[in-house]
Amino acid sequence: MNLNPQDPPQEEKSVTTPKISLRDVTKTYSGVDTPAVKDLNLDIASGEILVLVGPSGCGKSTTLRLINRMIEPSAGEIIFDGEDVTNSDPNELRRRMGYVIQQVGLFPHRTIAENIAIVPKSLKWPKDKIRARVDELLELTGMDPNVYRDRYPKELSGGQAQRVGVARALGAEPDVLLMDEPFGAIDPITRFNLQNEFLRLQSELKKTIVFVTHDIDEAVKMGDRIAILRDQSEIAQLDTPEAILTNPADIFVEDFLGAGAVLKTLTLRRLNDIQLVHAPTITERTNRSEAAAQLRQSDFPFAVLLDDSRRPIAWVNQADLDSSDPLASNSRRIPVKLEPEDTLQEALSVMLQTSAGMSAVVDSTGQYLGTCTIQSLAELLTEPPVDGDSL
Amino acid sequence: MSTPLVVDNPETLPARRNQSISQLDLIVIPVFFVLLAVLLSVVWIYSDFDGTTTSILEPERLWTQAQEQITVALLSTVLVIILAIPLGILVTREGAPRLKNNLVTVLGLGQALPAYGLLVLFFVAFGQGTLTVVLALAAFALLPVLRNTIVGLEQVDKSVIEAGKGMGLTGFQRLRKIELPLAVPVIMGGIRTATIINVGMATLAYLIGGGGLGITIAAGLKINRPVSIFVGAVLVALIALAFDFIGGLAQRYLRPKGL
Repeated sequence: MNLNPQDPPQEEKSVTTPKISLRDVTKTYSGVDTPAVKDLNLDIASGEILVLVGPSGCGKSTTLRLINRMIEPSAGEIIFDGEDVTNSDPNELRRRMGYVIQQVGLFPHRTIAENIAIVPKSLKWPKDKIRARVDELLELTGMDPNVYRDRYPKELSGGQAQRVGVARALGAEPDVLLMDEPFGAIDPITRFNLQNEFLRLQSELKKTIVFVTHDIDEAVKMGDRIAILRDQSEIAQLDTPEAILTNPADIFVEDFLGAGAVLKTLTLRRLNDIQLVHAPTITERTNRSEAAAQLRQSDFPFAVLLDDSRRPIAWVNQADLDSSDPLASNSRRIPVKLEPEDTLQEALSVMLQTSAGMSAVVDSTGQYLGTCTIQSLAELLTEPPVDGDSL
Repeated sequence: MSTPLVVDNPETLPARRNQSISQLDLIVIPVFFVLLAVLLSVVWIYSDFDGTTTSILEPERLWTQAQEQITVALLSTVLVIILAIPLGILVTREGAPRLKNNLVTVLGLGQALPAYGLLVLFFVAFGQGTLTVVLALAAFALLPVLRNTIVGLEQVDKSVIEAGKGMGLTGFQRLRKIELPLAVPVIMGGIRTATIINVGMATLAYLIGGGGLGITIAAGLKINRPVSIFVGAVLVALIALAFDFIGGLAQRYLRPKGL
């Protein structure tokens, strides 16, 4: 999690006791000569999001499914919480690890509440505890329990279904979540929201997460560490997103990252990492000539028009203030508001969409916090975080 | 980033579709039933019954035959359910894929035999009586239930089973909590078909001493009394329609919610 850069407590822990370890794990399917996963060694630290990313067919999904033994390893050991679980009861193991798949797989004949209650129920939790847990999880994943508790999965959109999928995986409070392209089948806007919400959730929950994706951008966004895999699940590079982007281990990694690795570093920084600037703010009630004078004195081409609850509505320039039209009717409305957790890449794309070259940042209630300008991004890119030559 | 777009609006999603279909046949079947019953009454009232016809169509006699017909049909349907559903479950488990295709093929051949021939074969093997009829009918009606059980279990979304497995449900729990409930509508369809086949086929039971309305029809054919053929045939049809209606109700109310 990069949400709180001043608070990286997981690093030391990972050195001492990995939450999950794969030791020389090999999977060979019967009738196939080359193993799908070959001699894989991987340590997953407690509380981190480890992303497995690689081209299709590299064995990343197989690797994930080896961890909860949906696929039984042909050789090697799986250590979970210091305990060898290679030969333990697989069903018991799976109840201790949340599992989220791309197709979600909600039980269509069970209500949302019953779906979330599956693992707690097989662990024989008392009924009222289960009920409380279901409501808590629905709240946590942004679904109103009173609305959704008794609905059936077919009444949900893809995004909502996957929220329930995540809630269900968290059902019995597992320490570990295994996620197999969880947001892969969801439209880009919803996926974007789900990723952000999931990161926010994780900053509270601090689960140990293994996350499979084929999308390097998603990997960079979600991962505390990324394992880039090539054929037979061989680890090409395993490091933090920053280190991989600025210092790819070899040609394969470089190719996989693709062009624009510099721009991708923008996905690593969030708006709360940079200093917001403060453009003049006005409301419909502000005296226009005073506002115009204020705007002239500032360095900004635009002022921010706020509504009565201090939510940004539009960018207003000198000409708007001189005319007598309602200010909110001008063409530079602010359709998309950024929050401090959003990445600089998202800020950039918002700026490029609006002609103002600025983007408004709001807090979680929608109130205006400040402005990010294209200049501040440009300055940031010319003073790189790690290594000037690589940019 | 908060966007003004409403992506997750539940109100815009499709809800119920399949219900209209089962509702339709729950209306059509009673309509046919009533029409046939009216036709039967009209024919009964306006036909001139001679002495022989009157004795063939004696109400107590018809009632007994109808009861025999229903008993035979129900018993063989129960037998089919007891045999075909576990068999269907068995052959769809992991590790038995070849057996499944062979079984369906063999039973398909069995069904291609004329019903009459099958009955005779069973007669040769088991002798006269109701039991033989029940066994023969069960053999004939096995395929639809077996096939629907297999299809019903196989059409269950693999990702749902995968998710269940990933949550630590055992193979038996996955069968009981996921596969069977989701296969119920399809399996019920097969049972409904089997029941109708059985009610119809039970007409042949009289050939090997199983009784039933076949007696009335055969008598009418033998001594050329069309009214008696008609009455017997319509009674069989009415029983079949009644069972189909009950099957339709069952299919509707046993269908798991949420589908």
